[in-house]
Amino acid sequence: MSSPVAHVDAHEHAVHRDYGGAKIGMWLFLFTEIILFGGLFILYSAYRSKYPHEFHDAGSELNWVMGVINTVVLLTSSLSMALSITAVQKGNRRLSMLLLAVTVTLGAVFLTVKYFEWMVKIHHGLYPNGPELLKRPPGEMLFFGLYFTMTGLHGLHVIAGMVVLSIMLVLLARGRIRQDDYIKLENAGLYWHLVDVIWIFLLPLFYLAA
Amino acid sequence: MSMAAIATHAERSFLEAGDRKGLLGWILSTDHKRIAILYLFSMLSFFLVGMTIGVLMRLEQLTMGPTIMQPQMYNAMFTLHGVIMIFLFVIPGLPASFGNFFLPILIGAKDVAFPRLNLLSWYFFIIGAVLAVTSLFTGGGPPDTGWTFYAPYSIRTGTNVSLAVFAAFVLGFSSILTGLNFVTTIHRLRAPGMTLHRMPLFAWSLYATGWVQILATPIIAITLMLVLLERVFGIGVFDPAKGGDPVLYQHLFWIYSHPAVYIMILPAMGAITEIIPTFAHRTIFGYRFIAYSSVAIAALGSLVWAHHMFTSGISDMASLVFSLLTFLVAIPSAIKVFNWVSTLYKGSIDLQPPMLYALSFIFLFCIGGLTGVMQGALAVNVHVHDTYFIVGHFHYVMFGGTGFGFFAALLYWFPKMFGKMYNRRVATVAWFPLFIGFNVLYFTMLVLGWEGMPRRYYDHLPQYHTLHVVATVGSWFLVSGILILLGNFVVALFRGEKAEMNPWGGITLEWTIPSPPPVENFEEVPTITQSPYHFNPVVRR
Repeated sequence: MSSPVAHVDAHEHAVHRDYGGAKIGMWLFLFTEIILFGGLFILYSAYRSKYPHEFHDAGSELNWVMGVINTVVLLTSSLSMALSITAVQKGNRRLSMLLLAVTVTLGAVFLTVKYFEWMVKIHHGLYPNGPELLKRPPGEMLFFGLYFTMTGLHGLHVIAGMVVLSIMLVLLARGRIRQDDYIKLENAGLYWHLVDVIWIFLLPLFYLAA
Repeated sequence: MSMAAIATHAERSFLEAGDRKGLLGWILSTDHKRIAILYLFSMLSFFLVGMTIGVLMRLEQLTMGPTIMQPQMYNAMFTLHGVIMIFLFVIPGLPASFGNFFLPILIGAKDVAFPRLNLLSWYFFIIGAVLAVTSLFTGGGPPDTGWTFYAPYSIRTGTNVSLAVFAAFVLGFSSILTGLNFVTTIHRLRAPGMTLHRMPLFAWSLYATGWVQILATPIIAITLMLVLLERVFGIGVFDPAKGGDPVLYQHLFWIYSHPAVYIMILPAMGAITEIIPTFAHRTIFGYRFIAYSSVAIAALGSLVWAHHMFTSGISDMASLVFSLLTFLVAIPSAIKVFNWVSTLYKGSIDLQPPMLYALSFIFLFCIGGLTGVMQGALAVNVHVHDTYFIVGHFHYVMFGGTGFGFFAALLYWFPKMFGKMYNRRVATVAWFPLFIGFNVLYFTMLVLGWEGMPRRYYDHLPQYHTLHVVATVGSWFLVSGILILLGNFVVALFRGEKAEMNPWGGITLEWTIPSPPPVENFEEVPTITQSPYHFNPVVRR
């Protein structure tokens, strides 16, 4: 902010052009994300070992077809994300923007599918403190409590990722992300892949639990 | 040193320079030194609030029965005292203030790796603090769960726990960003020649702390979010009525909150390690042992959380393992103490105020540490669990340790930060009520707890009365010492003499630049050729 700092950018120890530093920072942030979800995975494993049958029964009520469709959607979006970075590395800005737009769109598709899944469950009263769920045994209440918490938190991360990628789209359009300066897009891509990876773990734990 | 030439160069200090004037020049500045001072003043304000609450609690114990408040008020008081002191003072503590200010300088950098993120973390800190304060006056009134927010009470109580845990969640982000910033800074911005083993040991302690902040804090973030979700939606994970297990809450809480103890103490140890060689005029003894013991404490400290839960119904096997691991943490901690004491041996000791407080740190930390080892033993633990013994123990570590470390660091670096020297005699005079009052207050608590006085009770039985009166009187001495000490700094800010570039004869990099430092710290990036504590031997062995 203070103007003198701007003049030293060219220097070896300049703070704003340190790609290695930016990468380290991003990876450290990803560690925190993994551990954030890690707390929930610990809860899941503790309760699953305590209530194996209830988790099995409750899991069979989730629509695994929707889950698999969403997995394909997210994996495809990770592909377009990676391709978008490659495109900007090769100097093809328009293609990069197009692929990034595809990524954001696939994120939206994912959320739409998720929305319908949630609505069906809520419609049936299968939500925390919902009329139907309160009749179920404790293990099933926990399963759905964790289901909504974990997929909800993941959904928030998808939304956050879409916002970040949209900002990247604007930066690409304005030439702030270029062939010789694409660390922001790369870091945004890392984040998007992380969101993808977390989903890869959520799918078997919930949809394939039966 | 050759760097001394810089002092004559007429460059504006970071306190004067900047595009914007007034408050905006501070809250929009990404200069690590300005952010450090923002943190310093906001944290000290919260410290004074927390201290006042502590004094009020002691007053309540002055007589039997209600003295100045009712039980519910007392419950709110110990919760607030804990939340404010831990989340708003001790956890940001030395890293956010002195770490921000001196880490880049100590490693020869112009700023931290992510200056804007640094400012953002201060914003998160203030937002979290505002939310915490708001939680007192909204909803069902101030939280009354204790700072631990234990389930199931925290999901049942009508007080405003929801907002308070959200505040702690936001504060956690602030802490994570600081840790992330420091780790990256240390990896990327060291001056040429500044190998890892030429880094000052304060930087090493911040490095270990940074990793704990990154790896432990997300756990408390998600755990507190779950309490919030539990209260709002009733997801059931900690609710026994829905099959949830409150003991799992305790596990998750302490998986963060025990390592958090090392977030609090490690940087203080680092600051002490800077102070002792300077005032002993002697190279630090066992540099690598101190550096690696920081990392070892961080690693081992992450594996001992269940020693808070020996009475919570965990298995005997688990208790044994956690008891053993707890004893192991004493090893790297003791390594540090032995190295500090060995550094003093045959040193030429100059008992300036920073040194006085640093030596007090060693003494008080030893009592805190040894009472901690006592509690690691299963049988003793059951006896003293939830008594004043615990309260005494962690005040010896957190206040006698981190608090005195903070004061020592402030006394050591104040002239560098503000370019003003405080009245050294007053700082020494303040030490007497501070140190004596401290021990009268907290050692009495150890005795009270040993005799069975439970913590978090607003009242006490007749057999504990005398000791409670003694402790309360001790708190008055303690507080007067703190007020003299801090008042002395305030006077120095306005009327202090101009501080020299190197008032203590220190040889780490911060003493080679003017007081207060210029905006970019160094005129030219220094090249490092030797270890940070390479004193010309004053006393030959």
